[in-house]
Amino acid sequence: MRTILKTALFAGAMSLLSGGASAACDFNNTSTVKSLSAGFEAWKAVTSAMAECGNVEAELDQEFRKKQPDAFAASPSLYHVGGVANSTAVPLIDAGTIRPLDDLVAKHGGQLKPNQLVRIDGKIMAIAMMVNAQHLMYRNDILSDLGIAEPQTYEQVLAAAEKIKAAGVVDYPLGGTFKSGWNLAEEFVNMYMGYDGEFFNSDLSPSINNANGVAALEMMKALSAYMDPEYLVSDSTYVQQQFQQGKIAMANLWASRAAAMDNADESQVVGKVTMSAAPTVAGGSTPASTLWWDGIVIASNISDADAENAFKVAMEGIDTEMVKANNDAAVWLVDGYEPTATAAGAFATASNGAKPYPASKQMSLMHTALGNGIAAFLTGEKGAAQALADIEADYTTAAKEAGVL
Amino acid sequence: MNKKTFAAFVGPSVAMMLLFIALPLATVFMQSFHVTIPVTDTVEIETCTPGFAGQTCVTKIETRPVFDAAGNPTTTTKFVGFGSYQKVLRLGDAAAALAKSSWHDLMLIDFWKALRFTVTFTLITLPLVLGVGLAIALAVNNATKAMKGPIIFVSLLPFIITPVIGALSIRWLFIGDGILTAGLEWYLERDLSLFAQAWTLEILMLFYRVWHVAPFAFVVFYAGLQTVNQDTIESAIIDGASRFERLRFVIIPHIMPLVVFVSLIHLMDSYRVFEEIVGFSSQAHVISLQWLTYDLLSPDDSGNRSISRASASAMLTMLGIVLILAPLLRRTWQDFTKGRI
Repeated sequence: MRTILKTALFAGAMSLLSGGASAACDFNNTSTVKSLSAGFEAWKAVTSAMAECGNVEAELDQEFRKKQPDAFAASPSLYHVGGVANSTAVPLIDAGTIRPLDDLVAKHGGQLKPNQLVRIDGKIMAIAMMVNAQHLMYRNDILSDLGIAEPQTYEQVLAAAEKIKAAGVVDYPLGGTFKSGWNLAEEFVNMYMGYDGEFFNSDLSPSINNANGVAALEMMKALSAYMDPEYLVSDSTYVQQQFQQGKIAMANLWASRAAAMDNADESQVVGKVTMSAAPTVAGGSTPASTLWWDGIVIASNISDADAENAFKVAMEGIDTEMVKANNDAAVWLVDGYEPTATAAGAFATASNGAKPYPASKQMSLMHTALGNGIAAFLTGEKGAAQALADIEADYTTAAKEAGVL
Repeated sequence: MNKKTFAAFVGPSVAMMLLFIALPLATVFMQSFHVTIPVTDTVEIETCTPGFAGQTCVTKIETRPVFDAAGNPTTTTKFVGFGSYQKVLRLGDAAAALAKSSWHDLMLIDFWKALRFTVTFTLITLPLVLGVGLAIALAVNNATKAMKGPIIFVSLLPFIITPVIGALSIRWLFIGDGILTAGLEWYLERDLSLFAQAWTLEILMLFYRVWHVAPFAFVVFYAGLQTVNQDTIESAIIDGASRFERLRFVIIPHIMPLVVFVSLIHLMDSYRVFEEIVGFSSQAHVISLQWLTYDLLSPDDSGNRSISRASASAMLTMLGIVLILAPLLRRTWQDFTKGRI
């Protein structure tokens, strides 16, 4: 997922894994299986487990999303297995370059849990292996010293931030993944979902320029007042480091970053960061966050035999054995996962009813328009209503070109 | 050289230029007048995604591509004339801003905001690069022989570094509590956030570009200085010309063609300013024309990209380069026809 996606320029963290069959795999794979996925920790674990079957060539590339649509459209497809998330699955499904997996799941997927099966229009199109969400992380020592209860709402987050600021115990009370572009748009999506906002009308025209949209922007601006003034360049890694170096007390950060807080090699706040549910906002009941999944897809443009073989290998990659060996690498959906304290925030956010990220072609267009347009409001160049109107206009232009409108 | 030999020498290079420069340019030109739109249907689709307790199923309206007989998504390409240019330029909004004589409103339009930065960046760095380059060249020229080698090596280092890497290094020195920001904060005894507003970012970018390109000007000027006629210099000294007068009336006229050459190259390069935007991730505050093209061309998560608008933006950038080079090219041409070169 995007959480550990660094600057596009550090792309191409590629590695090729292959090895002979070992006891860890149930069968000896004889035909080549190629995979292309993101390169973060969880994918390293999965592709290493796949490689134990032999003849696996796994490419781990943070720029995978730019390669996948064309690589899977080739005939035969350049890869058998793809690693995708909610939004990156969309172009592959749209182009028909990944196959429905119902037959293969019936034959070889007995160990899969029902909630791992991503169904689109009734057909299983992907097998999810993990989930991720942004949720509240806070310094338990600071909050208890100042007698602040765990914030449940963004209004309480603001009140707590004010107290922490007054006490002057950290440089900045809040951190936020407000980097202009994808991150900033994701923050708006989270907040707007907290207001139960709808992004589109039934004809897919935009519908964000309303009271909820303005309120979401105003809340983001209120939060930004307690952040490092350089918040518009602050991505997930930056916020994680601010936490680890004790510069901030609270942030709404990705679950995949939780384990880093207790990594004694780089963190000065081991054991001091509590993971809790994403806050709600304005008296609403939906957490202001979105649920993301990462999972596996199989190419269409390969023979059925190759697809079956690739599916079997992929199942070895996301089996219980792999999860037991890499329990803390992600919030796994796979059987055998033992949730630890680091996963508590993601669990609480999901069980409080956070909605899945509404991935679709139009949502990606909206996400881009939001990412480019919100900064002008936060810097004070535009008012909230004008910023939202301009974002809607940008979306409309792009959507017409993409055949959505 | 007879015509046949000339053709044999030039032929391969002309063929390469046609293939790798003219052809792509013509393609981009064509694309800027056409928009390719996927043909889609709107359908209601149920999507079930994982949660912990169970799945969340959402039914919503989605667009689905229409496939042809061979199973490929169908698209239609239509001629839009200057439509994509208009979407980039937004002339109506720009005219409205000008009618109100509101600079602020004009700067809310991406293209004009990017143009403002690109032009100021180009025009401010040009004299600085020429000045710093000449200063280093003169300093090295006057240094003792033993010192020349090491000084030249050190002066060239910034030019050798890959632009993006150089920009990122400067970024890490200044972002957050980077070592130089921390140093400045200590010296000025106040809190600084250099990445929090446009003007500090712009100064960092100008600084970076001059640091990076001045060595190029230096090398060219230094080579030029080696050809200055020593007799003329000596007679100027005898005539009582000061150091500055020798520079002003002997050296600079001598290396003037090189100044024009360095200016041409620098104007072309800096009008395409891009590495600074990415390196300093300044897009919230400052964007350039080249970044605008890049942003339109980058696919989003679902693979959407605006090729037509990106092509229009690229053609506009090229037009800008031609316009900004025109005065210098005209001068060079005049010198050429008068036989001065």
